[in-house]
Amino acid sequence: MLITVINVISAVFIIVGLFFIVVGTIGLLRLPDFYSRMHATGKCDTLGVGLTIIGLIIYNGFNFISVKLLFLVVFIFVANPVATHAIARAAYKVGLQPWRRQ
Amino acid sequence: MKFTKFLALFILLFSFWLLLSTKFEGWFHLFFGLLSTALVTLFTYDMVFVSEDRGNNIKKLFRFALYLPWILYQIILANVDVAKRVLDPKMPIDPRMITFRSVLKTDLSKTTLANSITLTPGTVTIDIDEDTFLIHAIAKESADDLLEGTMERKVAHVFMEDE
Repeated sequence: MLITVINVISAVFIIVGLFFIVVGTIGLLRLPDFYSRMHATGKCDTLGVGLTIIGLIIYNGFNFISVKLLFLVVFIFVANPVATHAIARAAYKVGLQPWRRQ
Repeated sequence: MKFTKFLALFILLFSFWLLLSTKFEGWFHLFFGLLSTALVTLFTYDMVFVSEDRGNNIKKLFRFALYLPWILYQIILANVDVAKRVLDPKMPIDPRMITFRSVLKTDLSKTTLANSITLTPGTVTIDIDEDTFLIHAIAKESADDLLEGTMERKVAHVFMEDE
C-alpha cells in the first residue's frame, strides 16, 4: 500500500516535470527571437528537471543516491540562471537586436 | 590564516568527494580522492570564503533560508506564466529591454538578485554594469512587476543592505 502511494507521488512529480520540459521545448520552437527563447529554456528547464529529480528521489527512498540527486537539483538551480545569463549577455555584447511587436 | 582557509576548504571538498564516491575502503580510491582534492584546493582556496563581516553570516544564512520558499513559489509562477504564453495560439508576448539602478552593493547580493530575476516570471537578466541591471522582459506587466522592486527589497533584507 505504502509502496503504491510512493510510486504515485513520484510519478506525479515526474509527469509534471516532463510537462514543463515539453513546454520549454515548444517555447524554444515557437517564440520569435533569441532573447524570448531564453525565457522558455531558462525557466522551464530549471523547474522541469528539478521536479523530475525530486520525483526520482521520492521513488528511490533515502540513501546515498538520493543525496547525490539532491545535490544535482541544487546545482541545476544555481547553474541554470547563470548559464542563461551568460548566453544572453554574449548575444547582447555581439549586438543582437531584440524582436519587438510592431 | 591562509592555512586555516586551505584546511577548511580541503576538508569540505574531501567530504564532498567521499559523499559522491561512497567507496570508503581501499587505499587506491582514497589516494586519488586526496590527490584531486588537494590539487583543486590549491588552485581555488584564495577564491572562496572571501566574505568580510563574519559576525553576520549566520544571520544572513538564516534569512536566506527564509527567502528560499518565496523564490521557489516565484519559480513555479514563472513556469506557469511561460506555459500560458507559449501554449496560447495568439502568443501574448510584447518583449522589451528595461534598465534599472539597484541599491545593492556587494557582488554576492547582486548575483543573487540577477539569478532570482532570471528565475522569476517574464524577466531575464542580460547584463550588470556596476549598479545598473539590463533586463529583457517578455511583456509589459512582467517589466512593471519587477520595477515595483519587491524582489530587490527582499534580497537587500537577506544580505542586510537595507539600512
